[in-house]
Amino acid sequence: MRLRVLAAVAALSLGALTACGAQGGGTSADATLRIMAPAAPGGGWDQTSRVAEQAFKAADPQRKVEVYNVPGAGGTIGLAQLAGEKGNGNLLMTMGLVMVGAIEQNKSNVTLAETTPIAKLTEEYEIVVVPAESPFKTLADMVAAWKADPAKVSISGGSAGGTDHIVAGLMAKAAGIDPKQVNYIAHSGGGEALNELLGNKVSAGISGVGEFAEHVKSGKLRALGVTSGERLPDLDAPTLKEGGLDVELSNWRGFVAPAGLSEADKKALTDLVTKMHDSQPWKDAVAKNGWIDSFQTGQQFADYLNAEQTRVKAIIAEMGLVS
Amino acid sequence: MTSFQLLLDGFAAALTPVNLLYALVGVTLGTLVGVLPGIGPAMTVALLLPITFTVPPASAFIMFAGIYYGGMYGGSTTSILLNTPGESSSMITALEGNKMARRGRAAQALATAAIGSFVAGTIATALLVVAAPAVVSFAISFGPADYFALAILAFTAVSSVLSRSIVRGLASLGLGLVIGLIGIDQQTGQARLTLGIPQLLDGIDVVIVAVGLFALGEALYVASRLRHVPPEVVPVGRAWMGRSDWRRSWLPWLRGTALGFPFGALPGGGAEIPTFLSYAAEKRLARGVAREEYGKGAIEGVAGPEAANNASAAGTLVPLLTLGLPTSATAAIMLAAFQQYGLQPGPQLFEHNPALVWGMIASLFIGNAMLLVLNLPLAPLWARILRIPRPYLYAGIVVFAALGVYALNATVVDLFVLYVLGLLGYAMRRFGLPVAPAVIGMILGPMAEIQLRRALAIGAGDPTVLVTSPVAAVFLALAALALLTPVFRNLAARRTRVPLPSREED
Repeated sequence: MRLRVLAAVAALSLGALTACGAQGGGTSADATLRIMAPAAPGGGWDQTSRVAEQAFKAADPQRKVEVYNVPGAGGTIGLAQLAGEKGNGNLLMTMGLVMVGAIEQNKSNVTLAETTPIAKLTEEYEIVVVPAESPFKTLADMVAAWKADPAKVSISGGSAGGTDHIVAGLMAKAAGIDPKQVNYIAHSGGGEALNELLGNKVSAGISGVGEFAEHVKSGKLRALGVTSGERLPDLDAPTLKEGGLDVELSNWRGFVAPAGLSEADKKALTDLVTKMHDSQPWKDAVAKNGWIDSFQTGQQFADYLNAEQTRVKAIIAEMGLVS
Repeated sequence: MTSFQLLLDGFAAALTPVNLLYALVGVTLGTLVGVLPGIGPAMTVALLLPITFTVPPASAFIMFAGIYYGGMYGGSTTSILLNTPGESSSMITALEGNKMARRGRAAQALATAAIGSFVAGTIATALLVVAAPAVVSFAISFGPADYFALAILAFTAVSSVLSRSIVRGLASLGLGLVIGLIGIDQQTGQARLTLGIPQLLDGIDVVIVAVGLFALGEALYVASRLRHVPPEVVPVGRAWMGRSDWRRSWLPWLRGTALGFPFGALPGGGAEIPTFLSYAAEKRLARGVAREEYGKGAIEGVAGPEAANNASAAGTLVPLLTLGLPTSATAAIMLAAFQQYGLQPGPQLFEHNPALVWGMIASLFIGNAMLLVLNLPLAPLWARILRIPRPYLYAGIVVFAALGVYALNATVVDLFVLYVLGLLGYAMRRFGLPVAPAVIGMILGPMAEIQLRRALAIGAGDPTVLVTSPVAAVFLALAALALLTPVFRNLAARRTRVPLPSREED
């Protein structure tokens, strides 16, 4: 009898998990719009997808929307699945800068060329910090020590080849240090990296602004620079450019759709995403999460995507991260 | 005392009927997912994240915390009864717990697990109230060298007690180390042992390894012997813990709590390591009857690790609430839930949202009491599962194991990996290799490797960094002691006794 209860619970939870049956192509107003978050629940892509789900529903109450997760390998597993859905006009995949890096690093068979870029949604800037006890008071202090002996300056951040690591590589390049020499201590995420910074075990740390801002404000960490073009409104920190390193980078996120869409399907999806972007729930979520609204669609986003791919490919090769 | 006053306010907030209902739903759900192999609290909380759009924060966190604690309770049930742990943190419980069940002491094993979890959860939550700041400064003082030393200590402590034959124990450990290597190397981003299969790039989930080697291996092994051996009649025995059970359980409960709480607070400590250490410690400390019973179903070997894993769950909340540092998968997802509400856990959370934090802490006490009430009367009932005819029972386990593992990532590759590991687990049982060291190797190996490399990278290649930290030095000294004690004991024994004619190898 116990077992029967267990069976019911398992069946229910599985039903919820795998609610992603196969559906045919073509956009039509009554078909379910599916959003793939190519990562495990809880991360940035998952969060973006679920916020968008709410906003889509607000923008078009008639439309059914559902989010499903395809975790693994920096999103390239999800990308490979998307490539198999050619011509499906009811499918969007959330993606971003990290996926561009993962494609290079994992030598993924499928690339972003096999997708239809729809829109860029948000950006988040990166921040370079040191422990409060650190001798580095400014970015210049850090760069001087870094140039003297790159191995002695350990930089902690998220996964190898991810956004944080790319920032470290670009900074080294801008400072005239061989990016291969960067002594980067990779972690599974900014949270884990934080521990070594608070314990003053590493020289510096890089992560998303949101991840470290609280600790910068409380004085436990010191901000040496942010990767935005201008200073950020609610954080007292110079930009990397002011500190003498010509590095600008944002961790952006957006939507792509499967390849082989008809012009009509592409326009319908773009219009729908634009409506979603203009909805109140989306605006609220952007404000609440401290995202920067950087909406871009059509050719503009396609060009941006191409430029990012070129830049990331180059720096990942220069850092010696491609096997 | 202000924090006591705040805690009372927290109780007032948590004791509303609606929040009590959320707590009840949480602990029940948690117990169920803990029982099911493969489905753990982390995934359950992740799936429930969307409720944060509609439910007020206090209620959601009360439910999430209930799921977390409940998962730690539920995981032990199948470990004890069927030798098929539902979570990796209850793996150690299976070692003695299942032996107890086979001797007809299933109800006692379940009871000591439930009461031990309650005692540990309550003490650890109390520690969370009074000792959070001290524990946090301890936790962040841990550097990579200290983690490396800790992993070495856990290795030596565990490998010296787990197997009767050192060679077989090491062989199994080596297998686990190799499985742990699969996937992208975190420091360099290069793929290792993935055979070109992209689904293996993130490594094999420890849940799959634990479920495959333990649950599936056990089911296959039982199935293979069904025709040959008349079914063992498992006596259900007396329902409650006797006086000697209480006498033998209370110290392991306390020691397990003392190990579990600080390790839970360590980023990277997790719930598994304290259970290994608790098991090793109890085995070392066992005297008299307990010493005789170790390996045949000693209650100490259930009481200690079960207390340790629940205490670690409370410990995990310390860095999560005070620093915004998640130290376990479940905590990481709870952090995401905080962010959904626009709350940033960290130094300012206690000041800005005292009602929420203290309501959640109060609900932990309530959830713990609920779990005890839920689980204790169920212990004799659960024990009757053993009366279900074996073919049905183990067929059910195979189905649930496969469902749970498929639910993790919804990929067929995981199912293949599960079956390969299940066959491996069967073979290991068939040829007398212990299974636990393999899972331990898989958990500790990658941690030891990554921390060693981080420590050396931070120290710019200077190996002395491994011993200059006092914490690391103490751990390494303890590890050396654990290794050398048997050697000295042998020497001493040899001097007093006539030398043995041949060494027993098995």
